[in-house]
Amino acid sequence: MSELFDILVSAGFWAAVIRIASPLIFATIGELICERAGVLNLGIEGIMVIGAFTGWLAVYQGMPLWAGVGVAMGAGMLFGLLHATLTVPFGLSQHVVGLGITLLATSTSSFAYRLVLPEVTSPPKIEPFQPLPIPFLSDIPVLGEALFSQTALTYLAFGVAILVAWVLFRTPLGLALRATGENPSAVEAQGLSVTGIRMGAVILGSGLMAVGGAFLTLSAFSSFYFEMVNGRGWICVALVVFGAWRPGKAVLGAILFAAFDALQIRLQQTPIGALLPYQIFLMAPYFMSILALILMSRRAEVPASLMVPYNKGER
Amino acid sequence: MRLEPIANPSLARRIGFPAAALGATIVTASLLAMIAGADPFKILGLIVKGAAGSKFAALETLNRATPLIFTGLAIAVAFRAKLWNIGAEAQLYAGAIVAVLLGTGAIGSPFVLPVTAIAAMLVGALVLLGPVLLKTRLGVDEVVTTLLLNFIMLLFVSYLLEGPLKDPMGMGWPKSTALVKEARLPRIVDGLRLHWGFGLALIAACIVWVIQKRTTLGFEMRAVGANQGAARFAGMPVNTVLIQSALLSGGLAALAGWSEVAGLKGHLSLDLSPGFGYSGIIVAMLAMLNALGVIIAALFVAGIFVGSDSMSRAADVPTYIADMLLALSLLFMVLAVLLARFRVVRG
Repeated sequence: MSELFDILVSAGFWAAVIRIASPLIFATIGELICERAGVLNLGIEGIMVIGAFTGWLAVYQGMPLWAGVGVAMGAGMLFGLLHATLTVPFGLSQHVVGLGITLLATSTSSFAYRLVLPEVTSPPKIEPFQPLPIPFLSDIPVLGEALFSQTALTYLAFGVAILVAWVLFRTPLGLALRATGENPSAVEAQGLSVTGIRMGAVILGSGLMAVGGAFLTLSAFSSFYFEMVNGRGWICVALVVFGAWRPGKAVLGAILFAAFDALQIRLQQTPIGALLPYQIFLMAPYFMSILALILMSRRAEVPASLMVPYNKGER
Repeated sequence: MRLEPIANPSLARRIGFPAAALGATIVTASLLAMIAGADPFKILGLIVKGAAGSKFAALETLNRATPLIFTGLAIAVAFRAKLWNIGAEAQLYAGAIVAVLLGTGAIGSPFVLPVTAIAAMLVGALVLLGPVLLKTRLGVDEVVTTLLLNFIMLLFVSYLLEGPLKDPMGMGWPKSTALVKEARLPRIVDGLRLHWGFGLALIAACIVWVIQKRTTLGFEMRAVGANQGAARFAGMPVNTVLIQSALLSGGLAALAGWSEVAGLKGHLSLDLSPGFGYSGIIVAMLAMLNALGVIIAALFVAGIFVGSDSMSRAADVPTYIADMLLALSLLFMVLAVLLARFRVVRG
């Protein structure tokens, strides 16, 4: 037990938690925007892959890191546009289209990677974002190292979450977006375009998912691997439900999840960890996500028109 | 824009749009080949030749189609009832595990094959039963739970291969001990590399077709999928129908794993399935969820995979072109099927 305590009070552990949570925050907020407007975006897993790949590729080809983030966001928005076109005006099944987008984005990344690097066995590295300690704040014991000695992309993740929360609940645009996910006919009656709002939400949300993916290559691992997203996108879909479609709660969910993930990695190295097969620890995050869904199932306030296509003039 | 249903879509419309989807896929394939710096006609020719140009190629395609027919059927059954089973990969591995657990000497012949097949189906059904009960009892969305189970199952297989099921003669390579001869599916024709899993897949497709078209359960599945509220109002036991669909779907997906182990590989390894569970979604959608259509769609998908592998060895185009083409054909096809039945109107 003392090992567990030692882990939980170490600054390095909490720094890892915030680092692991960052890509999840980007992608979860992106998914949340889509779902608040009434569109389930199962393209998330593939869009994270394309973001990880294009962001890495841009930097590998000599672009600055922030340009890489921009390229990733653009690529994500492009796939978001495809998803939005098929699911919003055409009203096609959001499940099928989303999975199709994931398959397409994933295979496009693999295809393009092999075109650029036909015979490379060890993936080339790039120079990633460096930690950017915030003056004074980073000197606070434990908290300073955990929160204020991260890379710029991590600060951006939290900034985006706060901004999205503010827009959603404090501005007319946010009200319109939330209403589109609840009662699209009422939005249309106000003279606003449901199609426009939904497409915008999916495109922007997909852009954020891709930045989440780019975090993996540009801030965490500094090279691109085929399996690197590894279900993180699906976990973010669960985190949106866990967060009851609220940005603040979703960020807390991401941190909780990241804490669990960081803990299982560290527990593997303790004497208790040596007793169990390591696969049990790796399974834990996925079980946690399922458990979170079960716990929230009774309480969640699902947007009323989530997954309901809107066809103007139809009753 | 607005969509307006067409009362009686013409035959030209119903065939034209899916044909255009296929055409669009071929055009994209040519463009991708050009991006890769190759001659598109040569590449398309190599894919077709690699998939069906020789007896060896054709048999390879049939073998590859076998698990795809099973997973395609599994998805078709589930999606018809709007049960989003994205966990066919996990159910497939469940079936494969059972094939190894019972097929390495635990049961004596001559019943070992039917016993392992039925046990595999039961365990596969159980793997999907959990998410479905969570859906019907607690309203937990099955998409995410079935997806996450895929990752859990792969880790479980990895544990089994390094622990209880490890082949002591595997030289550190993570694979299971081999099945005994009685637990292996025989070849359909002596000397031809095609096992009975393919025959069973065809039989399964016919059975599923009969269930879909000729039984009360099939009717109820369609009704629940078309409009759950209306089905409930009409007095149908919606939850029971969903659970029955899940059991059938999980069982079919498990047979894919069972037949890969018993028919093709003879042992379990972590690369048993290159995503057959996910490709099954493409197969089922291309078949428009029709069980007999699944056979044709599975042959098409298998042909693209086998043909692209062979093309990739001959020309410098990455084999991932196959996955791109199939994902695109899925998106083109769902759009084509919609446009066959709806007219796009301004305003």
